[in-house]
Amino acid sequence: MSDSNTVTVDPFEEERPKETHFHARMAVLNIRENWAAWNGYKLANYFYDAEYEYFCVRNGCGTYDICGMQKYFVTGKDAEAMLNRMVTRDISEMNIDRVTYLVWCTDEGRLIDDGTVFKLGHEHFMLTCGSPSLAWLEKSCYGFKDVSIVDMSEGIAALALQGPTSCEVLKKMGLKDIDTLKPFGIKHFPFGASQDKPLMVSRTGFTGDLGYELWIKPELALKMWDSLYDAGEDYHIQPFGEAALNMARMEAGFIMPLMEFNEALKTIHFRHDHTPFQLNLDWLVDFKKPHFNGRAALLREKHDGPEYTLVKLDIEGNKPAEECNVYSDKGCENEIGYVTSAMWSPVVKANIALAMVKTKYLKGEIWAEIYYNKELRSYTKVSRCTVKEKPFWTHSRSRATPPLPY
Amino acid sequence: MSSYDTIIIGAGHNGMVCACYLARRGQKVLLLEAANEIGGLAAKREFFPEFQVSVAHSISHFSAKVAKELNLESHGFINPSCSLPTVGLNRNGEHVVLAHDEGGAASLSGVSEKDLASFKNYQTLMYRYAAMLKPFWGTVLPRIGVSGISKAMTYAKLGLKLRLLGKSDMREFMRIAMLPARDLMDEYFDNDLLKALLSWDALIGSKMAPRSPNGPVVSLLYRMGGDFEGAHYLPENGIESLIYSLRSVAEASGVETRTNFPVEKILIQRNESGLKVEGVTMPDGEIITATRVVSSADPHRTFIDLVGVENLEIQFANRIRRLRSEGYVAKLHLALHGEPKFNGLAGPEGRMIIAPTMDTIEFAYDDAKYGEFSRQPVMEVIVPTRYQSELAPPGKHVISAHVMYVPKMLKSKWSVDAREEIKNKTIDLLAQYSPGLKNLIAHAEFLTPEDIESNFRVTGGNWHHADHVIDQMFMMRPTYEAAQYSTPVPGLFLCGAGCHPGGDLMGAAGHNAAHEILKS
Repeated sequence: MSDSNTVTVDPFEEERPKETHFHARMAVLNIRENWAAWNGYKLANYFYDAEYEYFCVRNGCGTYDICGMQKYFVTGKDAEAMLNRMVTRDISEMNIDRVTYLVWCTDEGRLIDDGTVFKLGHEHFMLTCGSPSLAWLEKSCYGFKDVSIVDMSEGIAALALQGPTSCEVLKKMGLKDIDTLKPFGIKHFPFGASQDKPLMVSRTGFTGDLGYELWIKPELALKMWDSLYDAGEDYHIQPFGEAALNMARMEAGFIMPLMEFNEALKTIHFRHDHTPFQLNLDWLVDFKKPHFNGRAALLREKHDGPEYTLVKLDIEGNKPAEECNVYSDKGCENEIGYVTSAMWSPVVKANIALAMVKTKYLKGEIWAEIYYNKELRSYTKVSRCTVKEKPFWTHSRSRATPPLPY
Repeated sequence: MSSYDTIIIGAGHNGMVCACYLARRGQKVLLLEAANEIGGLAAKREFFPEFQVSVAHSISHFSAKVAKELNLESHGFINPSCSLPTVGLNRNGEHVVLAHDEGGAASLSGVSEKDLASFKNYQTLMYRYAAMLKPFWGTVLPRIGVSGISKAMTYAKLGLKLRLLGKSDMREFMRIAMLPARDLMDEYFDNDLLKALLSWDALIGSKMAPRSPNGPVVSLLYRMGGDFEGAHYLPENGIESLIYSLRSVAEASGVETRTNFPVEKILIQRNESGLKVEGVTMPDGEIITATRVVSSADPHRTFIDLVGVENLEIQFANRIRRLRSEGYVAKLHLALHGEPKFNGLAGPEGRMIIAPTMDTIEFAYDDAKYGEFSRQPVMEVIVPTRYQSELAPPGKHVISAHVMYVPKMLKSKWSVDAREEIKNKTIDLLAQYSPGLKNLIAHAEFLTPEDIESNFRVTGGNWHHADHVIDQMFMMRPTYEAAQYSTPVPGLFLCGAGCHPGGDLMGAAGHNAAHEILKS
């Protein structure tokens, strides 16, 4: 028993999720108190209702807290050489103020993580990714003379603004010429009383629609939130959580760790990890580059063909094929793969899924054995699946510069 | 068009052996040595005017196959009739002496009847094991997981050899192979000097002491595979006769050798087809091209310094980074006005070991592993002029001693003073066994592992390039993906002590590498 006059020490302090730089504002809006966690930070699963937030992102705009994302400054004369050896894409031709999506692999060509590289200067890059990667980066730096890694995950507040009205909101917020920013471009803006340009905006995101990500120092985070929400009042601005993000990214066909892939450094079972070829990320592997980690193994994978391939499935009916296996026959005798993510897509009006299917069966029939529940009763049905080549949903405004007013 | 078929980096004995084999099979070979002299750690150098010595001061198991195939004998490398006795020095002159006569029969003096009887059993068993392993030191051990009849056969042969020991000896081998040296010695013997003496060859050169696990017995068996069953010897014309005979064979085979030729980088072509070794570059920018480059430099120097991590994979580069290759053996060279006298010895004969007990070795190691000098070092002493008087002016002598344990990474950092301090401490200790020694000293040179690293371009100053420990031996040496002499970089091969089977003056790494190159 502690009496009220003594300061009590929280024995679980280290264990509790930390609050992000935007927490003060998000906590007020998190009506359902439904928090998940990401890399030790509180992150809303949803604020009010996942579907409502999803519709805000698709029809107005929404903000998603990416403070939990890992951000590393990679600097020095050898920064580019070190990164270029690590990732499968060639970043040597990147211009300053550009962003590129990429992956990196083990020596055996198994995917460690995906992320983005921001080129901020000739010898200054920012790498972002979903999981803490300092150990791998330190290994990757070994032997390079002039490269340093600084973990900026705490030191930068980052917020994604996604949706058709996002450009309009930023314009209204006073970001001059934001509409001239091209996809994967970066611009720096004045903000508050500061004379320099402390607000960095990249035209990047994870929803397949027009969207931006805002990067600023932590002490300006709440001020930026306020000015964004003031500007967005008439544009249906709404914070969205992990659940709505997952819906939007699935429609866009983007992959998610622990759903579509396991990080190779964290798997225990032999080959419970993946190659970029299995994940349909061939376009990120640039064999014109003389050397990168996993190159030899990936050349073999390219030659032999991946055992499994991630495909987009359009499934008959309306029951999401969550966590189900797929078969080459309606009788479900020959198992050929498994669904990684599935949902009923409101915008496409289709029952969609991402699935890992044995490559040699892709040309034949694919059937999903779906389990669902109706008023406490379990049912099973077998539905025909069709492979889709294109993303389930995309919009021309996500690529247009300037994006047309909405 | 390449100007050479093969460029070999480093004219130590392994580089030279490899060069000889390749040239004899018609390759155009260029052998590059950074130092003024060929020979690496076996090179004879003048450490004081008119006094000469080499860092390597005895041979235990130079490959008889290599000597025969390259006909080294007719080029001046001649085995002596008898090996050197090993003497466990005692301050009062009550030494333990292990000697072999010309017929190879061992005699042991200074121990009890009981130890003598145990020694016979010990020796019989150990020689059986050494003989069993011997063929595999001179064989390329295939990559695990690669199929193929001939590759499977190598391991099948090892299994068969093991099985042919018979059930009880095989089981015994499985039991003792991984024992710390101390457990094995305690099991057989009572005499402290004898125990320390016999465990010496299991430990020296690696970061290991009597209580260390990680396969010292295997390291001992490796050394016991020599012509004199593991006893050390000096060839008739000294260590340098090995180097000179190899030079002579190399010349006769058409190997072009250049000394004073430090390689700056291994030149690697980088294009859409990946990486390919093209040759080497020199500090002045000169480029010499070749179809392949073979490095007898240590793995760390080869991969991290000469190849560069930008051409390596990340996990591979980090395995090279984590190789245990920190040297713990220093070298003391004394130029003496006269012959040193040791208590109780008629003359300074053989390999004299100053290590009164296994605990002395262990405590010396304990200090060093935390970055300090050993309070009481242990050492192996030879008076090479006893066998080769031309190493010093008439009537003068040289002492050569391996001193353990001297850390490469001294906590207080190496300095002139630090080197003086340990040098004097070592001489003080030596003088306890050889009274009057100090009055004979004309000059003393002390090479710390750091000196050995910088003078001989050996990472960590480690003779073996990578410790002889079980995780860095056989098909794991120096690490997987580079353990069959080829490397992840097409056109680059290894042939030095960092490869299977390992260090010491043996030549098997150079031989095996040439075999593998000629096969590919």
